[in-house]
Amino acid sequence: MKDTDIKRLLYSNLLCVFSVFLSVFVPSLFLDDFSILETHLAWLCMCSASVTGVNLLLHLVVKANVSSRRSSLSHKVTRVLKCCIYFLLSCFFLHIIFVLYGAPLIELVLETFLFAVILSAFTTVPCLCLLGPNLKAWLRVFSRNGVTSIWENSLQITTISSFIGAWLGAFPIPLDWERPWQVWPISCTLGATFGYVAGLVSSPLWIYWNRKQLTYKSN
Amino acid sequence: MRLTSGAFATCCVVIEVIGVAIFIRGFFPAPVRSSARPEHGVETPAPEPLAGASSNWTMLPSPLFNKVVIVLIDALRDDFVFGSKGVKYMPYTTYLVEKGASHCFVAEAKPPTVTMPRIKALMTGSLPGFVDVIRNLNSPVLLEDNVIRQAKAAGKRMIFYGDETWLKLFPKHFVEYDGTTSFFVSDYIEVDNNVTRHLDKVLKRGDWDVLILHYLGLDHIGHISGPNSPLIGHKLSEMDNILMKIHTSLLSKERETLSPSLLVVCGDHGMSETGSHGASSTEEVSTPLILISSAFERKPGDIRHPKHVQQTDLAATLAIGLGLPIPKDSVGSLLFPVIEGKSMREQLRILHLNTLQLSKLLQENVLSYEKDPGFEQFKMAERLHGNWVKLHLEENHSDILLGLGTKVLRQYLGALKTLSLSLSTQVAHYDIYSMAVGTVMVLEVLTLFLLSTPHVLCRKAELDVPLLSPVFSLLFYLIFLVLSAIHVLVCTSSESSCYLCSLPWLAAGGVMVLVSALLCAILSALIRMVIDGTLLKKRASHPSSGWSEVDLLLLLGTVGHVLSLGASSFVEEEHQTWYFLVNTLCLALSQETCRSYFVGDDCEPQHCFHMEKGCVDIRGCNLQDSTNYNTPEPGRTGKGVSLSEAQGSCKWWTVLASPWLVLICCRLLRSLNQTGVQGAHRPDLSHWLTSSDHKVQLSGLAALSLIMIFILVQKGCSPVSKAALAMGLLGVFCYRAATGIVLFPWQLDSKVISKGIIEARFVYVFVLGILFTGIKDLLKAQVIATDFKTKTIGLWEIHSGLVLLAALILRPHNLPVLAFSLLIQTIMTKFIWKPLRHDATEITVMHYWFGQAFFYFQGNSNNIATIDISAGFVGLDTYMEVPATLLTVFGTYVGPVLWASHLVHFLSSEASNGSALSRACFCYALIGSVPVATYIVLVTSLRYHLFIWSVFSPKLLYEGMHLLVTAALCAVFTATDHTRHTRT
Ligand SMILES: [Zn+2]
Ligand SMILES: [Zn+2]
Repeated sequence: MKDTDIKRLLYSNLLCVFSVFLSVFVPSLFLDDFSILETHLAWLCMCSASVTGVNLLLHLVVKANVSSRRSSLSHKVTRVLKCCIYFLLSCFFLHIIFVLYGAPLIELVLETFLFAVILSAFTTVPCLCLLGPNLKAWLRVFSRNGVTSIWENSLQITTISSFIGAWLGAFPIPLDWERPWQVWPISCTLGATFGYVAGLVSSPLWIYWNRKQLTYKSN
Repeated sequence: MRLTSGAFATCCVVIEVIGVAIFIRGFFPAPVRSSARPEHGVETPAPEPLAGASSNWTMLPSPLFNKVVIVLIDALRDDFVFGSKGVKYMPYTTYLVEKGASHCFVAEAKPPTVTMPRIKALMTGSLPGFVDVIRNLNSPVLLEDNVIRQAKAAGKRMIFYGDETWLKLFPKHFVEYDGTTSFFVSDYIEVDNNVTRHLDKVLKRGDWDVLILHYLGLDHIGHISGPNSPLIGHKLSEMDNILMKIHTSLLSKERETLSPSLLVVCGDHGMSETGSHGASSTEEVSTPLILISSAFERKPGDIRHPKHVQQTDLAATLAIGLGLPIPKDSVGSLLFPVIEGKSMREQLRILHLNTLQLSKLLQENVLSYEKDPGFEQFKMAERLHGNWVKLHLEENHSDILLGLGTKVLRQYLGALKTLSLSLSTQVAHYDIYSMAVGTVMVLEVLTLFLLSTPHVLCRKAELDVPLLSPVFSLLFYLIFLVLSAIHVLVCTSSESSCYLCSLPWLAAGGVMVLVSALLCAILSALIRMVIDGTLLKKRASHPSSGWSEVDLLLLLGTVGHVLSLGASSFVEEEHQTWYFLVNTLCLALSQETCRSYFVGDDCEPQHCFHMEKGCVDIRGCNLQDSTNYNTPEPGRTGKGVSLSEAQGSCKWWTVLASPWLVLICCRLLRSLNQTGVQGAHRPDLSHWLTSSDHKVQLSGLAALSLIMIFILVQKGCSPVSKAALAMGLLGVFCYRAATGIVLFPWQLDSKVISKGIIEARFVYVFVLGILFTGIKDLLKAQVIATDFKTKTIGLWEIHSGLVLLAALILRPHNLPVLAFSLLIQTIMTKFIWKPLRHDATEITVMHYWFGQAFFYFQGNSNNIATIDISAGFVGLDTYMEVPATLLTVFGTYVGPVLWASHLVHFLSSEASNGSALSRACFCYALIGSVPVATYIVLVTSLRYHLFIWSVFSPKLLYEGMHLLVTAALCAVFTATDHTRHTRT
């Protein structure tokens, strides 16, 4: 593992962070009354779209040479289709988990679903970009000592921190501070976003500091 | 002395229960109460004393005022009126205070300086106590004798506008009312306009006797921006205008009727420099009290500092002013200037009534009342008063009479002051001494627990308790002597009454013995730890990395829950915490099942390692003793098997699906009962089921649940108890059908609704039968060393007996809770705990979590009002205290009890594991006592919090009760464990 790898990882992660900030500030230039809290749903869409877009872009630019070596067009198409299906499935799966956690079943169904979408954008999309629709590889990355590169390591950290952020975001909901961001699912989406950003920023640093201890199986 | 860890834990929990009981007794001091309840009808007032004869003046003195208007301005601090702000913003009031016909006081409010207790103090003249907290949280209606009740009984017409707390306290007392909610603190305009808009109309009408106005705006401004905000000035001017309006209108009315009226301006509590209230700082307890009436003499314009009085004095003054009997529990003394204008005979008569009421209260609450200086003064004054009346009746006015009268008056006033003081010191403050002793005991137990945790969980389940070693006994005597000296010192010096000081010396000494013994035990444990620590360092320690995600979650969740108790919202919504934790636990388990199935090979060494370690220790203890730990249990060495072995007994997909099934069950249960504060009003399934339109659905659900319970429970029972169980469950349905809650499919025509006594007792017989069979099996397993199976069956029978009792006691719409709890227990046992081979500690914590979650699933909350009292009347035709209390407690804690009994059965059925039960008992005691200990410290530091009475105090009672239940469960654990030990 070279320092240049870590640098590349850092830049690509910073680009993802930048995309999150972009989704906060750019729409307010075009839309008059845009704010994260009031037009939360719009922001959710923007944010997930921009994060997905940047991830795809990164995938095409940085790792295109790796994946496109030995595949025909039809193989690529099925791959993309599979990715889309996986993404949708993960949205529904997360939605079900939220309902199991106590989200209302019928009311606020759009809010809940968009929360599932943004969380999928933070977690499933990077996985799909990096690992492709390959469940075995996913399981390998998310089991102990299963990572084989710094990219996977970073993916593991950001995914877990996004989930933990969303989980912690649920805690302020019962408090009686009467703040606008305490409404379901705003605090959770904000928590997930903070977790995602924190994971993106911290993972290159963590890898850098632990670069002596880290040994990956393949290289 | 050698003890198993289970017995040790049980002893500790029992001591902790004592500590908590002492703390609670100190936290809720006994109230000063008159034993004569107001329901007992009207008493005739005491006649005027007359030496040698009985006076013919037995009626109450006639009312001093025709109309009374009370303007209560929330959070009105004394300097808002008497200080520079008053001069600037309240010119009219300042004029009345300085030059008008008025009397001004600074009334001291007792903490908690929160609106509801203050309204009670103003209207009853009493101070809140332990009993009130219990009674009044159940129903907010004020049950004590109070001015409003007396006025209503006397036929006065009362009108109220303002904070709706009054309407909750005094429902149906006002002929006309309009309540405003104080919920929206950010609004300070509408709340007051809601009150003022009625004012013109009401003042013009004049068909009322008492008008009460409660303005909330000032308090809200204080909460938003503090006492120095410019908004305060505006609000004070607004209030001044309102007071002027009321006063001029009263004056013009007086000109017509020629009888004086009274305007009372007061605050319920003050405002701290940050704008909040609740504690006992000078700014918070000082409120102005202004009485304005044309009956008073105009002042010559001297601006003196207003006199300090108690807030409780208003009740007696109002009662006298309206010609009503003084509330029985009032500890206040009449504000004497109010009656100064009356004749000497009337003044003495009124003072006599007040002093008599106080001395009666003293007689009922203090044992040695005769020695009280106030009581002696009262007796003296009464004698003098009798003489005075005799003189007065014999000869008419003279200077001697006046001189003697003044002397009696002074005697009465002195007696009033002393009596009032000695009564209010009975309840005024938290009994800090008892609280401290209780806290020390609880914390000592907790420290002892934590110190012995590494020892118990990592090594042997036996502990040395070196109570008897000579070094420590010397230390013990020393500590005991010091503590006794402190006790004597505290009890002789303090004026206020402590609970511990009122105990007999033997009991107090026992408490001191316990405290010092615990201290010695802690010291010895510490020394042992230090010795062990040095031994440990010599050996090479393994890197201890064996924390699985589930372990981490269990530890963090428990700690997080304990910390969350410091926030009032988290206490109110504690069910959310538990649901959240249980859900996360299920997800973590699902992840674990996934991993051990799909990547079983990868993590197997780790898993195996983790299992052998068998210790979830707070300190992450080292593994150097793992061999030592494993030697007596050869059965556990072959633990390094993943799911592949378990696949013989159950399909892999059931294992993978089971956490999700549990999750779905939890989600269904969650929508059954909405609980807490924020969600309590939301529609839920239980309301839908209990409405009379859905009787058929309720019957179907109840029957289905009962069948499910039978299917789930019967598998582990012997044939006899199986039959008894079936009969019992049928009896449960018959009982509910007899009480008319569910329908019988074949008896639709009979509409006779009875109390179902026979049916319920029929079920009780089966419950006792099953329990008896179970205990018999247990004893058999102990005495005759029969095979292991008998004991397992016995434990399961006890479990099923408890299930049957729960089915009888729980309301029909809660039967699904019971069924699902059994279902989850079965699923978890079969597909998760057995195949994944969690160790005893993890399983105990999981059982505890599920027990807590089920406590809330059944609709409980941390509010006293959700306790289902009807559980105590099942099968009883009259109220019998002991069985009713036991049944209610069982009905409330069904969840924790059933999960604990399942834990006992589960751990005993794992034959290989020798000391698991003892370990589990220790763990259960630890996890149950940590929240209580932390909560006691939290409550002590939050005792001046705004929500101390409404949120924290009920939770304290729940925690105390839960600890008692835990202690009982630990005793059962130990007893069961004991039978095993004698066997092997
Ligand atoms: Zn108030
Ligand atoms: Zn307030």
